[in-house]
Amino acid sequence: MQEFPEILLDGRLWQIVLLSLQVSLSAVALATCAGLPLGAALAVGRFRGRDSLIVVLNALMGLPPVVVGLFVYMALSRAGPLGAFGLLFTPGAMVIAQTILILPIIAALSRQAVEDAWREYDEQLRSLGAHGLRAALTVLWDIRFSLLTSVLAGLGRASAEVGAVMIVGGNIEGVTRVMTTAIALETSKGDLPLALGLGLVLMTIVLVLNAAAYLVKEAAQRRYG
Amino acid sequence: MMLPLELRAASFRDIIKPLSLQIEAGPSTIILGANGAGKSVLMRLMHGLLAPSSGTIAWRRPGRHAMVFQRPVMLRCSALANVAYALRVAGEDETLAMGALKEVGLAQLADRPARVLSGGEQQRLALARAWALHPEVLFLDEPTANLDPSATREIETIIRAFDAAGTKIVMATHNLGQARRLGDEVIYLHQGRVLERASVDQFLSRPASAEAAAFIKGELPWVS
Repeated sequence: MQEFPEILLDGRLWQIVLLSLQVSLSAVALATCAGLPLGAALAVGRFRGRDSLIVVLNALMGLPPVVVGLFVYMALSRAGPLGAFGLLFTPGAMVIAQTILILPIIAALSRQAVEDAWREYDEQLRSLGAHGLRAALTVLWDIRFSLLTSVLAGLGRASAEVGAVMIVGGNIEGVTRVMTTAIALETSKGDLPLALGLGLVLMTIVLVLNAAAYLVKEAAQRRYG
Repeated sequence: MMLPLELRAASFRDIIKPLSLQIEAGPSTIILGANGAGKSVLMRLMHGLLAPSSGTIAWRRPGRHAMVFQRPVMLRCSALANVAYALRVAGEDETLAMGALKEVGLAQLADRPARVLSGGEQQRLALARAWALHPEVLFLDEPTANLDPSATREIETIIRAFDAAGTKIVMATHNLGQARRLGDEVIYLHQGRVLERASVDQFLSRPASAEAAAFIKGELPWVS
């Protein structure tokens, strides 16, 4: 068993870190592509069932990762509707599960941001003759730095969760083992230095990403008001 | 010429009672009234931001009209880019933006982020945005309500320039001095109804209704 500081030089550790980042960032990218337009449409659109959809979306923000994992597991397992793709216990399955997990977070938070901005911009944009999609895109672009916060919340959730990736990934060494599942495993095995090292790396990454986003937002605030 | 604008028994909820009104080309029209009289809603109805609950509002011909709000909303980009955006949306040449900024005296602030400009500068920028579009009619909803006297003077100078360039001015205000300085005729609004329509001089010196007289007295308490 290696001691704590040396563990950081271990190649296995960095492989795990890399896979974690790949999975979570892919999930964030996918959830952003779907969640931002969904949030914007909910903020601006006026249609039947809108209120219920917003309530459901807000409730889904607290979706338990293990439940998402279970559903994705059933869908991807051999007998499931998507079993033919053979995705279970691959990084692809983990990306799917995390995307489902954080899509409501990104959509719900961006809906709130867009709706607040819309209240301010709506009249002015209509007065200038910008309607519909054009107005929506103008608002989205104008508040892009606030939307960064919603995306970041999704990333935080994705990189911190363990239940969904554990169930659909299976925590297979060298294939689907990510930081959170490795920490859970090493802790139960009693290899606390490795668990601690991974925990430290995980926290550092989250901290650095948040600091970067904060700085970008602050700079934008100063630059654009 | 898109004027006259004709309102036929147009109402909005219970804020604007059914009213019939014609806004003709030429004289600058001031819409006067106390807070809550319905000035802003009437302006928005005429500008097309609100649809009347009943009745009709029709221009003689389609044409371009712009509006400057009490609190202008600027995009998070430079002053110049804000004017360029308005031109782009209107399908006009974006290179006209600089000329519009010069017109309102903001050329030296063209690259400054619009949202960090002072209130008076932002309102001038809003006027530049309207100027660039060369509207036939310009609606102004209490454009100087949040501004100090010197910024107000600058705004009024620009509004006069619009007038001189042939743009019809329709302005809501509750500032009687401003009505006298910029207006030719007054439409006096009280609780969603037009109580009076007269030349500025006549309205201010010999208001026909008791409500208007009380309003003028309330705005100018030192004149008794």
